[in-house]
Amino acid sequence: MTQQSLYEQVLDYANRANPYPLYAQLRRKPITRQTDGSYVVSTYREIVSLLHDPRIGSDFRKRFVRELAPAGFPTNQEPASENQAQEAEVPVPNQGSETEVIPSFIGLDPPEHDRLRRQATWPFGPPHKPGRVTDMEPQLIRLANRQIDTMKGKASIDIVEDFAYPIPVKMISELLGIPSEDQPHLHSLSEAIIEGIDLDPQESQEERKRRQEQSGQTFKKLEQYMEALIERHRKQPGSDLLSGLIIDHGPDGAMAPADIVSTASLLLIAGHETTVNLITNGMLTLLRHPEVLERLRREPNLVIRLVEELLRYEPPVQILPNRVALTDINIAGTTIQKGSPVILLLASGSRDPTRFHDPDKFDPDRRDNMHLGFGSGIHYCYGAPLARLETQIALTEIIRRLENPRLVHDPPPYRQSSTLRGPRHLIVEIDGVRD
Amino acid sequence: MSSSDTEKTASSVQRIIIVGASLAGLSAAEALRSEGFTGTITVIGDEPYAPYDRPPLSKTVLTGLLPAEHTTLPQRVDLHAEWLLGVPAIGLALENREVELADGRRFGFDRLLIATGTRARPWPDSAQAALDGVCLLRTRDDAAKLRARLAAGPKRVLVIGGGFIGSEVASVCRELDLTVTVTERSSTPLIGALGSAAGMFAGQLQCAHGVDLRCNVTITALEGDENGRLRHAYLSDGDTLDIDVAVVALGAVRNVEWLHDSGLAFDSRGIICDSTCRAFNTNGMATDNIFVAGDVARWPHPLYEGELLTVEHWGNSVEQARTAAHNMMSAPADRRAYETLPAFWSRQFGVNLKTVGLPTFADEVVLTQGSIAERRLVAAYGHKGRIVAALTVNMARWLPAYKAMIEARAPFPPVLHAPDGPAELRPVPAGFPPRGQSTHSPIATPTGPGPSISPPEESSTSAKVQDPRVPPGFQPK
Amino acid sequence: MLRIVVDLNRCESYAQCVFAAPSVFWIKDGESLEYDYVPDDSLRVQVERAAAACPVQAISICWLDEQLGQQRGNHNEQ
Ligand SMILES: Cc1cc2nc3c(=O)[nH]c(=O)nc-3n(C[C@H](O)[C@H](O)[C@H](O)COP(=O)(O)OP(=O)(O)OC[C@H]3O[C@@H](n4cnc5c(N)ncnc54)[C@H](O)[C@@H]3O)c2cc1C
Ligand code: HEM
Ligand code: SF4
Repeated sequence: MTQQSLYEQVLDYANRANPYPLYAQLRRKPITRQTDGSYVVSTYREIVSLLHDPRIGSDFRKRFVRELAPAGFPTNQEPASENQAQEAEVPVPNQGSETEVIPSFIGLDPPEHDRLRRQATWPFGPPHKPGRVTDMEPQLIRLANRQIDTMKGKASIDIVEDFAYPIPVKMISELLGIPSEDQPHLHSLSEAIIEGIDLDPQESQEERKRRQEQSGQTFKKLEQYMEALIERHRKQPGSDLLSGLIIDHGPDGAMAPADIVSTASLLLIAGHETTVNLITNGMLTLLRHPEVLERLRREPNLVIRLVEELLRYEPPVQILPNRVALTDINIAGTTIQKGSPVILLLASGSRDPTRFHDPDKFDPDRRDNMHLGFGSGIHYCYGAPLARLETQIALTEIIRRLENPRLVHDPPPYRQSSTLRGPRHLIVEIDGVRD
Repeated sequence: MSSSDTEKTASSVQRIIIVGASLAGLSAAEALRSEGFTGTITVIGDEPYAPYDRPPLSKTVLTGLLPAEHTTLPQRVDLHAEWLLGVPAIGLALENREVELADGRRFGFDRLLIATGTRARPWPDSAQAALDGVCLLRTRDDAAKLRARLAAGPKRVLVIGGGFIGSEVASVCRELDLTVTVTERSSTPLIGALGSAAGMFAGQLQCAHGVDLRCNVTITALEGDENGRLRHAYLSDGDTLDIDVAVVALGAVRNVEWLHDSGLAFDSRGIICDSTCRAFNTNGMATDNIFVAGDVARWPHPLYEGELLTVEHWGNSVEQARTAAHNMMSAPADRRAYETLPAFWSRQFGVNLKTVGLPTFADEVVLTQGSIAERRLVAAYGHKGRIVAALTVNMARWLPAYKAMIEARAPFPPVLHAPDGPAELRPVPAGFPPRGQSTHSPIATPTGPGPSISPPEESSTSAKVQDPRVPPGFQPK
Repeated sequence: MLRIVVDLNRCESYAQCVFAAPSVFWIKDGESLEYDYVPDDSLRVQVERAAAACPVQAISICWLDEQLGQQRGNHNEQ
């Protein structure tokens, strides 16, 4: 087998528990071109700059690859030869299934992205519903405590299954107006979809294709579920977000029905697969830093900065694999060629020592903390306000109530995904539960 | 304070005086303390208030959302400063290193920061200016008074001058559903800051929001009733308006008069300093103990061919004051140059306008993203084939990318292939009025090479061109 | 007493502060951020959340009561 590139090692499951030393090696060069023609960006400055660059898109359909120059050929600094100019532009096939999937706004470029995002924000936040997220606070506190109550009498718990997963899933389901009896079904759909988007370079082409097919089909199932749900909400609108998308329009008018389906599906998946990892990573990091855990018990407001530091230090979204260069881009001595996939290593940028003082230290008092945990620029995370509040409350409550929590396995077993990274289980032994 | 801090500080610096207790003065005091200065800081301000912020005065305070007293600025570090508020400085003695106050007190200093900013340019006829209903907008008190007048529901508001402050006031009037006329001597509003191409867009916004916008028109006289209440305005186009409130928004006058006979180099365009914020004296030498920052400063910016700039922007006051503070307490070798790009924002008629760089320096402008119809766009300004500034309208998130292009002196027009960009880039003339013509905006202006020492001759013709009553097209004989 | 200022040149209108403290910050006309410089002390936790959440760290807070008292003292002096 040929030697793995550094980025391939990041994707390799064997390095899931600690990819950070690999990122440090990658950062020796801000941008590295991969043999498949994509560019991996590892340094803070370059990531931030590209996230704000109008020459970068998120729409997969704009990708194409040129016939690649032979391996080792220094294409970067080379002026485009006649030859290259005539190279065929081969579109990259849809990464999902053969069935045409309309991208949700995370995979669209302006102006469509901007309009859909405004429409999606109308029933969720400012200017129309500024208090929507803060109003969820009492409910979140109740929910977190109800989950903690179920741990009474147990000597050992799984933070993932018993706590970090149920809270965001219940919240996103209620936000979208999904009946609780449907929740387990959606849970399994969402998991299957995530497995498909995660690329494992160890796998054969066919295996990868098969998984993507499967994930695409699952996505279709999710969309069908959403279509039916939307029909129900249209007939009987409630105060939920989905009803809002259907009936409550702002200056941009109503969202097209197909867009409501893809937006609702996006929110459901994002709500299932991200915050769970932030809460779990938080618990894991606190158990590894007992002095901070003790401080948090005494100073609950420490959680505000602590969550920001977690988003820098152990971010749930490690990689943005979906960007595409819309034209040739000169950056940091490299020319990213038009049509190439661009992969932004957010988690590496947030540990860049040229930007953050002592970046491998977990320091909840860090003042200068412009981390990349939620991305930046026009695709900055839509759910960030909710994810922050959920995690702040979840961590405050569980640390307040668990007696003497102890980590059983370090490192814990991780999920497959390198992009949406987090423990699969986090088993913790406890002496009891406080009231 | 650690010993390394002590070494860094020029050890002779024990007493620092800051004249001007507003944004620049406060920012400098904060920076002094956060950089470890332990000597005394005395802040002298003629307004009776602790430093407050001006931008909301023409926005949230006027709409009534924010009481005027809710604009007090935080003090981000413990300043331990002596605040001498409500009393102006009236003189500076360079030799004795002393500042004289109006109440006769004198204070000695090792370093002085001049941050006296600007004031609103008054209506030129003092009797008309004194009419009940004629308003200026610069201070918290101005804003509270104007707010009260707007809240009383006047039948028509006249805004004299279509610069940023005038435009923002007009925008608030429309939000409050008041009838408002804006008169602008040039061909478009905001022309001084953004040029006529962008100014035309601004004018369209005004009209779409129901402003009675009169360009190429001046007010020749204001008239009151027997009780001294404002009643009429006479326009250069022959029209007469029935009004009860007039907002004079004719730009700013620099607060430099108190430096008369001080030996510092200044004129009506500002106090001249070098890029480390050190003031020049009339012999053309940079002083070592007098520094300048904020709206009142005039200095050479490396990105703009060394022309002396004046920048009446919030961000400039903060950043320049921080640089001045650093340099005041540093040994000469540790001083740094002030070269932050100017940046500005405004909010009017449903849009968030932001600029970075120096639009006034440009000769061309091009739409690069978004569209005029949608009222969401990015425009880039160019000068001699390189990008020198950018403007965003409700698309602020793109500004950092353009800032980087300006800093990198990227070519103009910038070829981006942005998905929301036009199929073809079509630069047009930016349309700035000729140099020296007075404008009405808090803007950034190149003011010629320097350091020039002698103030410009105030000839009778230039005085005429400065007079806001003189209609456009006036030809000096 | 709580006081804040936002550097609106830095601000990119992510509205994270509005989500976190909707009675202190608000978005005007789609993109312009507006806010109260002197929010009520009872909103302190919300304001801290807002400042920490700002992706470009444009929000500064202070609550140095003693120092403000000192300042008031000086006002009276003159
Ligand atoms: C209504 C309004 C809206 C604005 N909106 C925006 C905006 O949206 N965006 C933007 O970027 N900028 C805006 N600005 C501009 C911004 O507020 C100024 O750039 C900033 O206030 C300049 O700060 P400064 O400290 O340099 O000067 P100033 O704020 O002018 O402060 C100077 C201080 O010194 C005092 N002083 C003067 N002479 C003496 C003396 N001899 N002795 C003692 N004290 C003295 C003055 O009274 C004043 O308090 C606006 C300004 C106004 C008036
Ligand atoms: C801790 C939890 C979360 C993290 C770390 C996170 C992270 C991110 C990141 C990095 C992006 C940028 C994607 C890109 O630039 O391509 C993003 C976008 C997005 N997130 Fe989140 N997210 C979290 C929770 C949520 C939640 C709970 C929701 C839904 C309620 C959500 C909805 C979205 C959406 C819709 C986008 C696309 C935004 C756009 O394209 O404009 N996220 N998220
Ligand atoms: S969170 Fe920061 S960037 Fe966003 S609106 Fe508030 S101040 Fe501006």
